[in-house]
Amino acid sequence: MEQKNIIEIKDVAFQYPDVPEGSSLVLDGVNLSIEQGSFVAILGHNGSGKSTLAKLMNAVYLPNRGTVSVDGMDTADEAHLLDIRRTVGMVFQNPDNQIVANVVEEDVAFAPENLGVPSEEIRRRVDEALKIVGMSKYARHAPHLLSGGQKQRIAIAGVIAMLPRCIVLDEPTAMLDPIGREDVMRTITRLNRERGTTIVLITHHMDEAAQADRLVVMDQGKIIADGPPKQVFQQVELLKSVGLTVPETVGLLYQLRQGGVDVPLDALSVEECAQEIYRALA
Amino acid sequence: MEPILELRNLSCVYSQGTPFEHQALSDVSLSIYPGEYVGMIGHTGSGKSTLIQHLNGLLKPTSGQILLHGKDIWESKESVREAKFHVGLVFQYPEYQLFEETVYKDIAFGPTNMKLSKEDIDRRVHEAAHFVGLKEQHLDKSPFELSGGQKRRVAIAGVIAMEPEVLILDEPTAGLDPAGRDAILANIRDYHQSKGSTIILVSHSMEEVARSVERIVVVNDGKIPLDGTPHDIFSHSQELRSMGLGIPQVTQVFQRLRELGLPIQDDCVYTMDEARDVLLALAEKRGRSAC
Repeated sequence: MEQKNIIEIKDVAFQYPDVPEGSSLVLDGVNLSIEQGSFVAILGHNGSGKSTLAKLMNAVYLPNRGTVSVDGMDTADEAHLLDIRRTVGMVFQNPDNQIVANVVEEDVAFAPENLGVPSEEIRRRVDEALKIVGMSKYARHAPHLLSGGQKQRIAIAGVIAMLPRCIVLDEPTAMLDPIGREDVMRTITRLNRERGTTIVLITHHMDEAAQADRLVVMDQGKIIADGPPKQVFQQVELLKSVGLTVPETVGLLYQLRQGGVDVPLDALSVEECAQEIYRALA
Repeated sequence: MEPILELRNLSCVYSQGTPFEHQALSDVSLSIYPGEYVGMIGHTGSGKSTLIQHLNGLLKPTSGQILLHGKDIWESKESVREAKFHVGLVFQYPEYQLFEETVYKDIAFGPTNMKLSKEDIDRRVHEAAHFVGLKEQHLDKSPFELSGGQKRRVAIAGVIAMEPEVLILDEPTAGLDPAGRDAILANIRDYHQSKGSTIILVSHSMEEVARSVERIVVVNDGKIPLDGTPHDIFSHSQELRSMGLGIPQVTQVFQRLRELGLPIQDDCVYTMDEARDVLLALAEKRGRSAC
């Protein structure tokens, strides 16, 4: 039977080996269920534990305490390792570290080849994956001559070609310029909306996090806020206290409220924000 | 005032005479004045990295000149070497360039190459470390034991320690979290204010640049189509968008408010503080007229 929650994290604690005794845990008592088909963003400052959490989601790391299960499979059970990695694909920050081949389509074919997928099927998957990320034109190009955003989309295509039901992206746009970031974000949201792929996006960019259905905020190895972006971003003081910010729209509304103007804090887009200010001041 | 750095009709063509020939810069002229804090903006492939690599003689122009204090840096072998000490360049992700056993030695690398006295090197290392917010106890550590943000500070300190007249930073905040970004930008601002040196901050982020600098140079397609105060630049929002550059969200909100008919004098507001002040003043006026 298909699980409703593709990822279940229960009471997880984690510490890296060889750290001095008495160091605080990287993750401490984390509980998180990620629903099949949802788009979840995870926010937190450097060292908050968010990347570690991501790496627990496809058994790169195993928890010291508690359990992580992917589609009902315990990540600690080695017999399921291949199935888990097939179910949850990972995309990392630096596209240059994820590209292995000299030709774009060969790079995208790398994972399905390793999984022993028949060659006709590989051809079909590669074409489809490149189409989804909008890079079909570049199938025969050399990856190193592409821009950062294009390379990152190739890395995503490589993951898509494994047909994962969930993709975890760890700051995929950190090294990209605004155009590259938009391209990658468009690709991610399309994967989620059109194909129903579950997305877990780790990011430092508040405007990206605002596009998710759900926002999870981490600090010192714990989840300190969890809910729809509109609700989480209203907690301006909490976010600031853990070294994060809010989108400029919410920041402006917050400042106006402090100044005694009656505006709500849940207008995330430029249009909503302008409408609310107009309503209060016109 | 005499410019400290000047580009005269600079052009750069990569792989000339091959099928990969690419004109990265075409006929660019630019003057940078002593003590200025300049933001340089452009999307990937616009030519901004090529441009800054010309400023300290890492790249030789295909045609045109680079003048430092009015003298062509390519005049002699010595003058190109000199230019590298006077114009300090912090690359993107500079933490990948750390290599020494200790933070101290890494920061001291540049000044040591300048053949300074031991005392002078020591003073510079401590001063540079202080500017970027590194603590005394960090100096004896291996740079590889530090966090990503701290490593980046070490790399920036290594360039600052050469006490360049012009400091160029290519995307110094890329990949950092908001607190890390703010901290590095504050360090750079403090350094600018207390040293009075010339700074060029290269960035993708309009918000970041808007908060920090007094002049913005926009690089697009190997040329400089816009050059002026943040106020001037952000009033060209259509052009900026067509160049693949965003404008700050608050500026977008203000443009929309004007379209909606709110009586705002000037639609070019680009910092949060400015936006708050304008709107609160408006609210106060409304409040009074309602009474």
